[in-house]
Amino acid sequence: MFSRDRWDEILEALNANKFRTLLTAFGVFWGITILVLLLALTNGLKNGVTADFDGFATNSMFMWTQGTSKPYKGLPKGRYFNYKIDDVAALKSEFPNLKYVSPRNQLGGYNGANNVVRGTKTGAFEIYGDYPEYINQQPMDILQGRFISYSDIEAKRKVCVIGTGVVKGLYDKDEDILGTYIKVNGVNFLVVGTFKMSNSQGDDEQDANTIYMPFTTFGQAFNRGENVGWMAITAVDNISITSLKQQIFELMKSRHKVHPEDDRAIGHFDLSEQFERVSGLFSILTFVGYFVGALVLMSGIIGISNIMLIVVKERTKEIGVRRALGASPWTIKSQILQESLVLTILSGMVGISFAALVIWIMNTILDSVGPVQNFANPSVSIQVVFTALIILVVSGLLAGLIPANSATKMKPVDALRIE
Amino acid sequence: MIQIKDLHKSYHMGSNSLHVLKGINFNVKEGELVSIMGSSGSGKSTLLNILGMLDEADTGEYILDNVPIKNLNEKIAAKYRNEFLGFIFQSFNLINYKSALDNVSMPLYYKGIKRKERTEKAMHYLQKVGLAEWSHHLPSELSGGQKQRVAIARALASDPKVLLADEPTGALDTKTSYEVMELIQGINDEGKTILVVTHEDDIAHMTKRIVNLKDGIIIDDSKVEQVRASLHV
Repeated sequence: MFSRDRWDEILEALNANKFRTLLTAFGVFWGITILVLLLALTNGLKNGVTADFDGFATNSMFMWTQGTSKPYKGLPKGRYFNYKIDDVAALKSEFPNLKYVSPRNQLGGYNGANNVVRGTKTGAFEIYGDYPEYINQQPMDILQGRFISYSDIEAKRKVCVIGTGVVKGLYDKDEDILGTYIKVNGVNFLVVGTFKMSNSQGDDEQDANTIYMPFTTFGQAFNRGENVGWMAITAVDNISITSLKQQIFELMKSRHKVHPEDDRAIGHFDLSEQFERVSGLFSILTFVGYFVGALVLMSGIIGISNIMLIVVKERTKEIGVRRALGASPWTIKSQILQESLVLTILSGMVGISFAALVIWIMNTILDSVGPVQNFANPSVSIQVVFTALIILVVSGLLAGLIPANSATKMKPVDALRIE
Repeated sequence: MIQIKDLHKSYHMGSNSLHVLKGINFNVKEGELVSIMGSSGSGKSTLLNILGMLDEADTGEYILDNVPIKNLNEKIAAKYRNEFLGFIFQSFNLINYKSALDNVSMPLYYKGIKRKERTEKAMHYLQKVGLAEWSHHLPSELSGGQKQRVAIARALASDPKVLLADEPTGALDTKTSYEVMELIQGINDEGKTILVVTHEDDIAHMTKRIVNLKDGIIIDDSKVEQVRASLHV
């Protein structure tokens, strides 16, 4: 279809009125630039926001207990109960699709009273009793030493891992940290590691002022016995925790003599659902990007169609001459179609390149000024570029269709008569 | 070469109907140089358009080189025009953004001939009309006479059976007209069948036969003594 002769014909025709060709091409150029930029910005926003979830096991939920709201089996309403450590084993055996079940306990809170002492220094920190799996649910970088281990759990060792904020509050600069002791609520703990949250955005300070210790040690040292404060539960990758959670609640209710319809007794936060919601939001934003971009592009396409109509009108006589010389209607039509196609695709390619340049500049600026809240690495994937190209080809053909038809509608004898 | 029997054509404009050709009968043999004369409105252009398959007759028979021309769709008409006919127009109708050479090679392009052969042939015909040196000039850089020569070269390029010239000298001064006619006579001398529509007597007398049209019928069809254009140049 595209022989060298065809190219010559097309380029000659497009060159015949350079300024007009340029103006027409600008419409499509601008349309595709906006389309690609919109998608890139959406992507940047998405990258920025989902960075908060980055590395975190998003297929997770947190579950705690609240006062019952219904009397059941002779027990009154308004009763408080606790998960026990054997609930964890029960959950694991009942639901093989759960990847991690981490029981947790907490002491102290943000802005609480001073609860940790080292020599003359004191501080108020959040203290958690955890299992080793927890690092898989909430990824953190171990800066020195190690995280808690199963032998710590079994031996109920009084060890702890401390955040950078704790280090800053309790230690002098350049002081050795590992092997020192800190006193938490009057009990001495050996520091075996320091950590930094991998994805802290917004909660930096709180995350840094945290101390982790073995769950079993925590229970014994702070008199929690078998009680579990709350649980962080992660399902395997291909099964949504949201689909499992009702069954989990039912099991917990039956194990703790809670009325099966008492929904208030168990509190939970479904991270998976939140994440889905955010993902859904970005799907919509991406759709809006395509939609708005396509609309802008469409006005460019209409511009091309319009100009091609004028070109065809201007060249009516030329088309008549060509037909007198033996050009079939299809030859004429395909030439007009190809002219519009070439114009659309060329200007579209320039548009895509220009958008890529703008994205590159944006990234360079972002890199030099450092991270910006909720916005990171605006980019488009190669699929988006291909989609844009397909849109261009289709729209180029559409733009040429009406002009191509009108070019051959007139009888050659009438076309030749036009002055 | 051309046989026409009882050709009728009318145009409809709203409720009015204009009967332009009212039964034309005439034959042209191979190698003839015929002029079709008549005042404006006599139907001579309509006749030429029908002969050129640019327009279709309402009734009647038209046989070109033993091929009956009827019920053509545009695709076949385009093919026949390309194979059988060469057009020469009053206003030259060159494509203004193409060089003389490219203009001449256009019919060959539509015939599907390869670029190299096309350029050679086109160059050959440009030489024939004496414009080889002008081959890369645009039509806007040529004089009227030169443009018409390019147009004649273009009409000849696909080696058609018949040349159809619609007022080929209508836009030219007398001297240039005679030069163009000299060229046409020369092509006829080589055996090409040529039909010329004109309303100028001196041009008509440079052909070998004059067909006179009036109000859609042939009132006179006679052979004439050909005046050689070279005598006037």
